Amino acid sequence: MALIYDLAAQSTQMILVLSLAPLLLGFTRKVKARLLRRRGPSIFQPYRDLLRLMRKEVVLADNASWLFRSAPYLIFAATWVAAALVPTFATGLMFSWSADLIVITALLGSVRFVLALAGMDVGTSFGGIGSSREMMFASLAEPAMITIVFVVALIAGSTQLSEIAFHMLSHVELRVSYGLALIGLVIVAIAENGRIPVDNPATHLELTMVHEAMVLEYSGRHLAVIELAAALKLLLYVSLIACIFAPWGLAPHGADLRAMTFGAAAYVAKVAVGGFLLAFFEISTAKMRVFRVPDFLGAALMLGLLGTLLRFVSGSF
Amino acid sequence: MISLQATMRGGRAVQDSRPWPRHVIDQTGWLRVIREISKGHGDMLDLWSDGVDVHMLILDHESSDIGIVTIECPNGRFPSAGHMHPPALRLERAIRDIYGIDADGSSDERKWLDHGRWGVRRPGVKAEPSEASGDAYAFLAAEGAPLHQIPVGPIHAGIIEPGHFRFSANGEVVVRLEERLGYAHKGIEGLMVDAPLDRAARLAGRVSGDSTVAYSLAFAHAVESALEIEVPPRAIYLRALMAELERLANHIGDIGGICNDASFSLMHTHCAILRERVLRASQLCFGHRLMMDRVVPGGVASDLTMEGAVALHALLSGAKKIIPRFIELFGDTTSIQDRTVGAGRLRSELAKQYGCGGVIGRSSGRNFDARRHPGYAPYPELSFKVASAHAGDVDARVWLRFDEIKASFGLMEQILDQAPQGPIRIESLPTSSETCEGAALIEGFRGDIFVWVRLGAAGAVQRCHLRDPSWFQWPLLEAVIEGNIVADFPLCNKSFNCSFSGHDL
Repeated sequence: MALIYDLAAQSTQMILVLSLAPLLLGFTRKVKARLLRRRGPSIFQPYRDLLRLMRKEVVLADNASWLFRSAPYLIFAATWVAAALVPTFATGLMFSWSADLIVITALLGSVRFVLALAGMDVGTSFGGIGSSREMMFASLAEPAMITIVFVVALIAGSTQLSEIAFHMLSHVELRVSYGLALIGLVIVAIAENGRIPVDNPATHLELTMVHEAMVLEYSGRHLAVIELAAALKLLLYVSLIACIFAPWGLAPHGADLRAMTFGAAAYVAKVAVGGFLLAFFEISTAKMRVFRVPDFLGAALMLGLLGTLLRFVSGSF
Repeated sequence: MISLQATMRGGRAVQDSRPWPRHVIDQTGWLRVIREISKGHGDMLDLWSDGVDVHMLILDHESSDIGIVTIECPNGRFPSAGHMHPPALRLERAIRDIYGIDADGSSDERKWLDHGRWGVRRPGVKAEPSEASGDAYAFLAAEGAPLHQIPVGPIHAGIIEPGHFRFSANGEVVVRLEERLGYAHKGIEGLMVDAPLDRAARLAGRVSGDSTVAYSLAFAHAVESALEIEVPPRAIYLRALMAELERLANHIGDIGGICNDASFSLMHTHCAILRERVLRASQLCFGHRLMMDRVVPGGVASDLTMEGAVALHALLSGAKKIIPRFIELFGDTTSIQDRTVGAGRLRSELAKQYGCGGVIGRSSGRNFDARRHPGYAPYPELSFKVASAHAGDVDARVWLRFDEIKASFGLMEQILDQAPQGPIRIESLPTSSETCEGAALIEGFRGDIFVWVRLGAAGAVQRCHLRDPSWFQWPLLEAVIEGNIVADFPLCNKSFNCSFSGHDL
């Protein structure tokens, strides 16, 4: 009975992230539109878009290889696993032993690798530009992410998200290194998800695209799963920030249904706040020049390093 | 040493060319004119053909005189201006494509407007059918191991006009950009031949939709000069009012567009709302959002009612309050400033060499505004400041647009106050007993639009040529992007906002 309950909780989490991801995207777009005095599409529009793409025919370039065709599914699978590993409404779920920050970082790194290869596969110039820019950003974003993981792990004594969240809940304290890690993580999240000021997901300008340039050649269901993976990734980062820095409401291991429901409600509220802040930030700034992005990400890397060093110098940071 | 002015006035003067004289000069004179212009003693404002001869519009710097010189091309050839004065190159290529008149010694033998898809060659004279299979086009080479090419267009991801851009880039850095235009060719000069005046006026208003008032105005001025028509004073003021409304709407739209290309959506939205207000006011006052076909030879087609004047006053007072807040938002947002300052710098020598008009020229130190010089009514009676700058970057072009918006406010207020009552259109257009020619230089929002028209004895258009300011701005876009990064091109491009349609004709 306990096993079934655990399995159900874990499955709920997997389904929850998958079904919530397009909603977060739709919500963010809606908030942005409202802030810009537009009515904006319904917050359920991303679901409709996915459905539309699923029904459409796939147009493949003549020289597309197996890599181009299989990449969307690899990208989707890895992102979904990564997103489902982050505790959303409860800690200590069935697979939480594998919910390791380094695993998540590595999964996302693999996704990027596959996506960049797929971008170059067809050999169009835009795919190449997108992949090259993505890799330039990634070479700084990934180390920044790792240093941030170190900071958190040094404080909590583990890289497992469930334990980190549990530690954060039981030791409510204000630390300098938390602040550094939080800012660093937000920067990485913005860059990784291709949001303004790093990339503009809504742009129509071929020459300025990063993520969109890589997936420019995709269509139909391929594009649908890539879009869904991108939505999952956004949700992943919001969940990650919520889980580490705002773990309130998370149901502990073996909690009853009521605690879990409360956890889920708290989670939805946290995601909504995250989506609102993202939208607000996006309308108040312009996009950076491409060569300015490494400085931006460099700041995240430095914050992570600084946090790690401070922890080594003194335990009180 | 014979001065440019003397050369311009040499040769045989053509009868009935107004307001500027046209002189037919010989080959020596032609070459001297080109040499003087290439030395910077004058601006070449246009180079065009009527199917028989080739004409050049010149602004002499010393005397500020404007004149037209003509060279006869009995063998279908004339000495190239482009080999000494590069701004003429594309104009010569266009003349060859449409009229089959070759520029001798030109350094660029490639076709320009004709992509081999019209199904005819030389449509301007005796068109010969040809296969519409498309010509190969040799882009200029950029060689080196790390260089790669990025083809963009002619179909773009956004809803813009067609044009092809070929980037040769070293990673992100652009080594060379080459444009290929002509996709929006509509054959307007061909349609103008033998068109009655009302139809010709409608055609002129459709060369470039966003400058429809300026084009109609330029065409009307040219016709009125040719026929020596006096336009009622009220019409003159209403024309200026429409021209300023158009300028206002486009400048506001451009500022928003530039910010949007840097993903600064807040500014874009504000500008879109204000532009919409201007368009709605135009609709209310003149019955058309873009005021298409409202300026006609002999006057204007619709009068400004009391209700319209009230709406305009309301628009102006609202916009005057809101523009300073836009300026604040643009100037105080560091992220947008970081993108625009120093991006896409146009050197002032280039702006001067190309005789680049409009905001682009004025932000790079070429202080030319057709409202001032040669000037046309009612502007000499109104007080306004022509802003200019020297920085020549995207930022300077945005600030200059803000300055022009403010100047337009002042102008519109003066026009509303001073516009006399009376008729808005002359009863009927007189006809000339013989062939006559007229020309006009009108300041549109992009820069100076030039229209030259030759009217036949029957009152119909014999030949008409319309030159968009973009002819001298497109080549400069190639220059400003050099050494810049690929991702900054949309921003530079939007700050130029050249017309495809007006250029391709």
